[in-house]
Amino acid sequence: MSVVVPSAHPADSPQERSARPHLTVRDLKGKAEPDWCPGCGDFGVLNALKQAIVELELYPHEVVTVSGIGCSSNLPGYINTYGMHTLHGRALAVASGVALANHELKVIATGGDGDGYGIGGNHFMHSIRRNVDLTYIVMDNQIYGLTTGQVSPTSIKGMKTKSTPQGSVENPINPIPVAIAAGATYVARGYTGQIRHLVELIKGGITHKGFALIDCFSPCVTFNRDNTHDFFKQRTYKLEDRGHDPSDFQAAMEQAYIWGDEIPIGLFWKRDDLPSLDQLEPVLASGGALARRSLGISPELAQGLVRELM
Amino acid sequence: MGKVDLAIAIGGAAGQGIATPGNILARILVRRGLHVNVYDAYQSIIRGGHIFLTLRTSDAPVLSHGDRLDLLICLNQDTMDRHLKLMGAGSAILFNGDRIKPGTASPGAQLCPFSVKGLAPNVKGDLVQNTIALAAGLQLMGVEFSILEEILTRQFRSKGEAVVKENVGVAWAGYSHAAAHYTPFPFPLPDTGKPLAFIDGNTALAMGGAAAGVRFYCAYPMSPSTGVLHWMASHGRQLGIMVRQVEDELGVINMAIGAAHTGVRAMCATSGGGFALMTEALGAAAMMEIPVVCIDVQRAGPATGVPTKTEQGDLWQALGAGQGDYPRIIVAPTSIEECFSVVPKLFNLVDRFQCPGIILSDLLLSEGRFSIDPAALDFNVAIDRGEVISSNGAAADQHNGHYNRYEITPSGISPRAFPGTEGYVHVVATDEHDEDGVLISDEFTNPLKRQAMHEKRMRKMDGVLARLDPPELFGPADAQVTLVGWGSTRGVIREAIEHLAAEGITANNLQVQWIVPLHGDAIAAIFGRARRTIMVENNYSGQFARYLRSETGLVADGHIRKYDGEPFMPHHIVEGVKKVLVGTLRYVPTHEILV
Repeated sequence: MSVVVPSAHPADSPQERSARPHLTVRDLKGKAEPDWCPGCGDFGVLNALKQAIVELELYPHEVVTVSGIGCSSNLPGYINTYGMHTLHGRALAVASGVALANHELKVIATGGDGDGYGIGGNHFMHSIRRNVDLTYIVMDNQIYGLTTGQVSPTSIKGMKTKSTPQGSVENPINPIPVAIAAGATYVARGYTGQIRHLVELIKGGITHKGFALIDCFSPCVTFNRDNTHDFFKQRTYKLEDRGHDPSDFQAAMEQAYIWGDEIPIGLFWKRDDLPSLDQLEPVLASGGALARRSLGISPELAQGLVRELM
Repeated sequence: MGKVDLAIAIGGAAGQGIATPGNILARILVRRGLHVNVYDAYQSIIRGGHIFLTLRTSDAPVLSHGDRLDLLICLNQDTMDRHLKLMGAGSAILFNGDRIKPGTASPGAQLCPFSVKGLAPNVKGDLVQNTIALAAGLQLMGVEFSILEEILTRQFRSKGEAVVKENVGVAWAGYSHAAAHYTPFPFPLPDTGKPLAFIDGNTALAMGGAAAGVRFYCAYPMSPSTGVLHWMASHGRQLGIMVRQVEDELGVINMAIGAAHTGVRAMCATSGGGFALMTEALGAAAMMEIPVVCIDVQRAGPATGVPTKTEQGDLWQALGAGQGDYPRIIVAPTSIEECFSVVPKLFNLVDRFQCPGIILSDLLLSEGRFSIDPAALDFNVAIDRGEVISSNGAAADQHNGHYNRYEITPSGISPRAFPGTEGYVHVVATDEHDEDGVLISDEFTNPLKRQAMHEKRMRKMDGVLARLDPPELFGPADAQVTLVGWGSTRGVIREAIEHLAAEGITANNLQVQWIVPLHGDAIAAIFGRARRTIMVENNYSGQFARYLRSETGLVADGHIRKYDGEPFMPHHIVEGVKKVLVGTLRYVPTHEILV
């Protein structure tokens, strides 16, 4: 076996897609069963992602899920798409490489708040400003779960954890305004108690051309006694229900800072006027996906390179 | 060496424009078919400090920047004060007498002052002294003026006729002044009639990547590796190579891994500090079985170290990069030609064996500039992408729709499929996993499967070794001394062998290029026949000596080590050999040129 070029092209047009056999959520079942704790919010995110892929009529080989490390980062093993379960904090860097090497794939990065906003914080900011065409779903449970309950970058001030027994004295990061300010072109927040709503946010993110962040409240039922399902059920409201205009920067930032008796979920901010990185990259202007191009350079080009040295 | 062997040094402060006359001179020489070897001793400063560029030329290949200087061009007083003492009988020292006071020259050394005010009274700016000195130097070397005129005309053409005329005029004034006042070198530089190319190691590494079919290159700037990024950035669009400057080296290597997994050949380069940040991901590439190539251009460490100085200090970092055992290939090019040629070879190996590859270059090789036979830059290289599944074929049926990405095979190689290939959907993981990619690290760890998967990966190294040529001994088999080196020191060791022969000491050289996997048996056979072995390394602790001992049990009879940031000069090795022959175990030379 030594054939080099993957031949599969994602179907281009909606007509082509619709002509193919339809997949169901069952077809997207991964090889492994999730080992999350019973009641974990991450089940909701997994189900919503599968539902979004089915509704967008994407095929498993057209999607790549890329994660870091943590409970939520196990997700690629639980879904039947191409997947990469990489290192702690590095999902966005790896996902960017995938998205640039084959910009015809749908790339979905997944992970947790510690993975994305803590150890991977630098990649978070820079992937956003590059407007890499990918969808980043952060299962935000405001706690380090897999390491058995330590404070996370989004843990609320005062939270008592194993590493902050007297309560955290640090301010949490608020990913929504950070993402908007860094230049993200699609910024949303979901909640696993609102699956249908989350499906629509994910579909919006995947179809958005550019970097899409979907921060998702995904309560940890084992280690976070503060931010529980009851906590979010009582507080969350949908931005769409309040007539929020996601093209209004001021309103988006104002909503992003609301945290208390009421907490907004939904699409905060979206702009379609900025091209994504692959659209701006000169090397991708023609010739298709890098990964499908033949190797080697022409003798004429090679001669020119040597001539420069003479 | 050949009939002519001439070394020119240009010294001054950063910002005085030393590179330009150095490059013009080198281009003139290689066009005459002369070989050159350029070493630039510089500092981590943009303006000021001291820069000392040595250019050595000959009609035969130049193995190192040599031991002595024939011509010193002083662009400031500091250069005169520091280096006049290096100039012996028959040498010449060019300097602007308006500003620079000469010291006391050695007997037979020719002080050659010129007056910028006198030769170019109406020209503004300090760079004019460079042009005068360059022209005067060429006159001393017996190079006809027309060649310099042609180069200056081409260089300043875009700035208009007046600028061209002014520069050519100034150059002619310097050239005529030298003809009238100085004694030229006894042998004019010949023209061999076979023009050579002029290239630095970083450019050769980058061009090797282009030849290998690299389609994705990313980096974070770090001296002395940045030249690779610059070449890639300035040629990427033309060659269809995507080039990204990434936020940090963690991002660099992980982005390259993502691109490589998706099906492109991906490469990155850094120096030791950046490499340190990449190490966890190199292990990840091995665990996920993704081929990626990383170049570490070594500089003097540890930590920030001496950013503009050379060292072979990262061998153990490369050997131990990342946690756990994993298959990796490490190669250290030993010449400018190998900087180009190892890259496609390494890509073929990492593609076939699906593991990371590390190239250990260093400042001496990467920022050194050399003549090269243009035929050595052969882009028509063999490409082997290894076992890759395409959905074009009937392979899906062979697997009955059930594809095991990490199928256990005798070779350890499992055919891979790029994302986007229909019918081969799978997940790769940095956690330990079973043949189908499912983790065996979390819910039910399985020691038997873990062992089998670990062995499958590590088994690939046997296949790599079988594809590598064993290292060979250079020079007379029955020599009194076998000099053992690795990587960039080949040239200087082989020149030292010539000098030793002139003193009646026969020596040969074992220069190791492929470090991991290591042809330990072949090296042991060479050691077994050697009369006395001496290891030559540009580091403190003898990193290769320790590695060789750990792999083979072989212990050398003596060691020559240098860790002051400057590269070996041939006489350092000659002196070291003589010391070892009378019983010294470890010789450390003192570098004489203080920059």
